[in-house]
Amino acid sequence: MKELNELIETCKNYAFDLNFTKAKEWKEAKKDRVLVGYMPIYFPREIIHAAGGMPVGIFGGGDNKQIIKGDAYYQSYICHIPRSIMEIALDKHMEHIDGFIFPSICDVIRNLSGVFKQQKIGKFVKYMDFPQNFLPEIGGVFYQQEMEHVLKYIKEINGKTPSTDELNHSISLYNRNRSLIEFIYKIRQEFPWRLSIEDVYNIVRAGTVIPVEEHNSILEEICEHIKENIGMPQDKIKVVVSGAFCEQPSLGLIRAIEEAGCYVVDDDYMLGSRMILGDIDASSNNPLEAIAHAYINQSQYSSSIYDVHNPKENRLAKIVKDRGADGVIFASASFCDPSLLDAPIFQNAFDKMGIRYIAFQYSENINQYKVIKEQVGTFSDSIKLWEDDTTVLA
Amino acid sequence: MAQEAQKEKSMILQKEMIEGLFNDLANAKELGKKVCYTFIPGNLSELIQTFDMLIVYPEINALQNAMRKKSGGYIKEAERNAHSEDVCTYVKCDVGMMMKGNIGPTGQKLPEPDVLLLSYTGCFTFMKWFETLKREYPNATVIMVHTPYQENAEITPEMTQYMVKQFKEEVIPKMEEVTGIKYDEAKLKRHLKLSAEAEDWITKIFDTTKHKPSPIDAYFAGVYYIGPINIGFRGTQKAVDYYKELYKEIQIRIEKGLGPITPEGEMKEEKYRLVVEGPPNWTSFREFWKIFYDMGAVIVASSYTKVGGVYDYGWRHNPDRPLETLAEYCMNCYTNMNIPQRIELLKKCIVDYKADGYVTNSIKSCNSFSAGQLGMMREIEDSLEVPVGFIESDLVDPRYFSYSNIKNRLESYFQMLEQRKKMEKETAAV
Repeated sequence: MKELNELIETCKNYAFDLNFTKAKEWKEAKKDRVLVGYMPIYFPREIIHAAGGMPVGIFGGGDNKQIIKGDAYYQSYICHIPRSIMEIALDKHMEHIDGFIFPSICDVIRNLSGVFKQQKIGKFVKYMDFPQNFLPEIGGVFYQQEMEHVLKYIKEINGKTPSTDELNHSISLYNRNRSLIEFIYKIRQEFPWRLSIEDVYNIVRAGTVIPVEEHNSILEEICEHIKENIGMPQDKIKVVVSGAFCEQPSLGLIRAIEEAGCYVVDDDYMLGSRMILGDIDASSNNPLEAIAHAYINQSQYSSSIYDVHNPKENRLAKIVKDRGADGVIFASASFCDPSLLDAPIFQNAFDKMGIRYIAFQYSENINQYKVIKEQVGTFSDSIKLWEDDTTVLA
Repeated sequence: MAQEAQKEKSMILQKEMIEGLFNDLANAKELGKKVCYTFIPGNLSELIQTFDMLIVYPEINALQNAMRKKSGGYIKEAERNAHSEDVCTYVKCDVGMMMKGNIGPTGQKLPEPDVLLLSYTGCFTFMKWFETLKREYPNATVIMVHTPYQENAEITPEMTQYMVKQFKEEVIPKMEEVTGIKYDEAKLKRHLKLSAEAEDWITKIFDTTKHKPSPIDAYFAGVYYIGPINIGFRGTQKAVDYYKELYKEIQIRIEKGLGPITPEGEMKEEKYRLVVEGPPNWTSFREFWKIFYDMGAVIVASSYTKVGGVYDYGWRHNPDRPLETLAEYCMNCYTNMNIPQRIELLKKCIVDYKADGYVTNSIKSCNSFSAGQLGMMREIEDSLEVPVGFIESDLVDPRYFSYSNIKNRLESYFQMLEQRKKMEKETAAV
C-alpha cells in the first residue's frame, strides 16, 4: 500500500493537469477509445464508460491558467468559468477529447455549448437537458432519450452500443466510487483532522480525469489510511460549504477556510461526483431507466434543479444537522446566478431556523484570500467564544 | 422641455387594453377570476384563457416600473434583503415591489397568484425567480413546464411529446383543479386560431421595414408593438383588431413615404438602418432611443421582439394540433434557440432588411441573452462584412445606464458607418 502523502500528491497532480495527460494516455493505449469532456455539475458518467469511453471532467482553469483569449468571448459581468474553458479549448489542451457535454446548469453554460458548436470544437457538442419534471413516466423517459442521444454520438465515433451487462457493470463501478467517497466524508465528520478538505478535494477531483477503476483503487487505499487514528485534532468549528458547485474556488481558498479555524465537514465543490445519493440499481434490465430513476429519486439538492416539492433549505439544514456542523459558509462564484439567487432563500430560512452562516463571493482565479480568511476566522471565533445554546437546528 | 409624444389610434387601443388588464387584475376577487403568474417567453396564453384566468407577467411589471422610475428603489430594497448586486434586476425589482406592498406599475395593488405557471423557456433565472415567489406565496399552486432547449437547432418529436405529456398529466389537471373549469379543447382551438391570425399580422408589420425609409422602428417602437401579442392578448379578437389597425396606419405611412414615429414626432431622415441584438434599457428608454433617432438611425429588426415567439420562418399556432402547437411555440422562442441558430436569424434580418450595421446592447443582468453575444457579433461581422457596434447597459437597474458612455460609443459607431457609406459611394462612382 502506498503512503497517504504519496496518494494525495498523485491525486493533486491529476486534478490540476490542464492537459488531461492521463486521459490522453488512456485513449492512446487502445483503438476505438473515446474521450468525452463534461462540464459541471453532474453527468451520468456510467454511460460513457459502458460505451468504451472515458468521461473527463472540465472544471475550468482555476488560478493555473492565465486568461487572454477567453476574455474576448465574455463580458466582464459574466462568471469566470466559461472564459477559462474557452482558453483551455483555444490553447488546444483538449484536442484529444472527442466530444463535449454541457449539462443544464445555467444560461451561461448552456450558451457556452453554442459557442463550442459555433467554433466547431470537438466531434460533437451536446447540451444535456436534465428533466425538470420528476415523474418517471415523463421526465424519466425524457432523460433516457437524452442519454441515448449521447450514446448515439459515441457510437458514431467508435461504432459501439453498450450492452445491458456493460451498463450494469459501469453502474456498479461508479456505485463503488461514490460509496468510497462517502466513506471519506463519514470519517471526516467525526475525525476531520485525519485528512484536510484540501486533500479531499484533490482526491475527488482527480477521479474526474482518470479511469474510474484506478480512482477506486486509490480511494480504497486512502480509506484504509484514514481508518487509522492519524493527525491531531485542533480547536476548530465544523462547517458546511454551499454554493461552489460549478466554478471551483482555487485550492488556496479551499485551504484558507480550514486555516481560518473551520473544519469543512461537507461541501458541494465536486457535487457531480456525489450527486446521486446511494447506489443506482446495477441489476436492471433497463439500466438507462435505473440511472434516470436514481436521478429523479436520489439526487442531492442543487441550485439547478427545480426544488419546490423538496425545498433545498430543508435539505441543507438536514446536512448541517447530520454532519454535526456549527454553521454554513455560502461561497458563491461572482455572477453565478443559480448560487446567488438561492442565497436569499437559504439565508431567510436559516435566520428562522437559527442556523449560523456567512456568505462571500469568489472567482476561480483569485489567489488573495486575506479578507475572506478574516471573515471566516471571525465567524469561527464568534461561534467558539460566544456559543449560543438556544440554537435550534431543523 | 420634452415634447408630448404623438398618439395614433393603435396606441390608444393598446393603452386601453393594458389599462383594462390592470383594472381586471386589481378587481380579480370581485370578478371571481383566478390569477396566474407566468413569463413572456413560452407563455401559454391560449391555455390560460381557456381556463378564464387573469395573467400577471412579473417581468412586465419590472420594466413598467423602470419606465416609471420606480425600479431603482425596489432593487435596493431587494439588495437589503440578501439579493446580490450581480443577479437579474427583473427579479430584484419584482421582489422589491412585493416587499413594498405589491403595488403594480399603474398604482393598483396586484392580486396574489392562485397559480405560478413556470413555462420555463430559454432562461434559467425564471426558475430561480419562481422558487423565490413560491416561498412568498406558499398557497399558490405551482405548475412547472420544462421546455427543452433547441440545443441541436431542431425540435424533435421526442421533445414535443415530452411537453405534451406535461400538459396532459400536470398542467391541465392542475388548472382544472384550481379554476374548477373543465378543459375545453374546442375553446382552446378558437384561441389558437386567433393567435395565428395575430401572428400573421405582426409578421407583416415587422416586414414593412423592408421599405425605405422604414415606416417603423422595429426595436424602440417594436417593444410596444409586441405588447398585445405577448402580454395575454394573443388568442383574442382584441389583439387581431389592434394589429389590423396598426398595419393600416403603417400602410398609410408607407404610401406617404414617411419614416418612423418617435416620441418627438416623425423621424425626418433615415440615415442608417440597423439590426439590434439584446433587450433595451428600460430605465432611460426615451434617452436611449433619442440617441438613435437624433442620428437618423432606425432599427429595422431586433432579436428582442422575438422573445415571445419567432414567426420569421413561417411558424404559426396550429389549432388542428392544439397541445403540440403550444409545445412547439414554447420551444421556438428566441432565447430557446442555440447560438448558431440565433446567428442565422440575425444574419437573415440584416440581409432581408438591408441593414447598414449591427449593434449589440449587452445587458449586464441577462445571461440568457448576453453570454455568447461577443462571438455572435464577430461571426456576423466576418461573414457579412457589416460594421458592428457594442454597448452595455442593464434592464431595470438605473445604476448601469451610463448615458455619456453609450452616446460616445454610438457616435463613434455612426461616424464609422458614415465613412463607410462615403467610401462605398466613391467606389461606385469610379
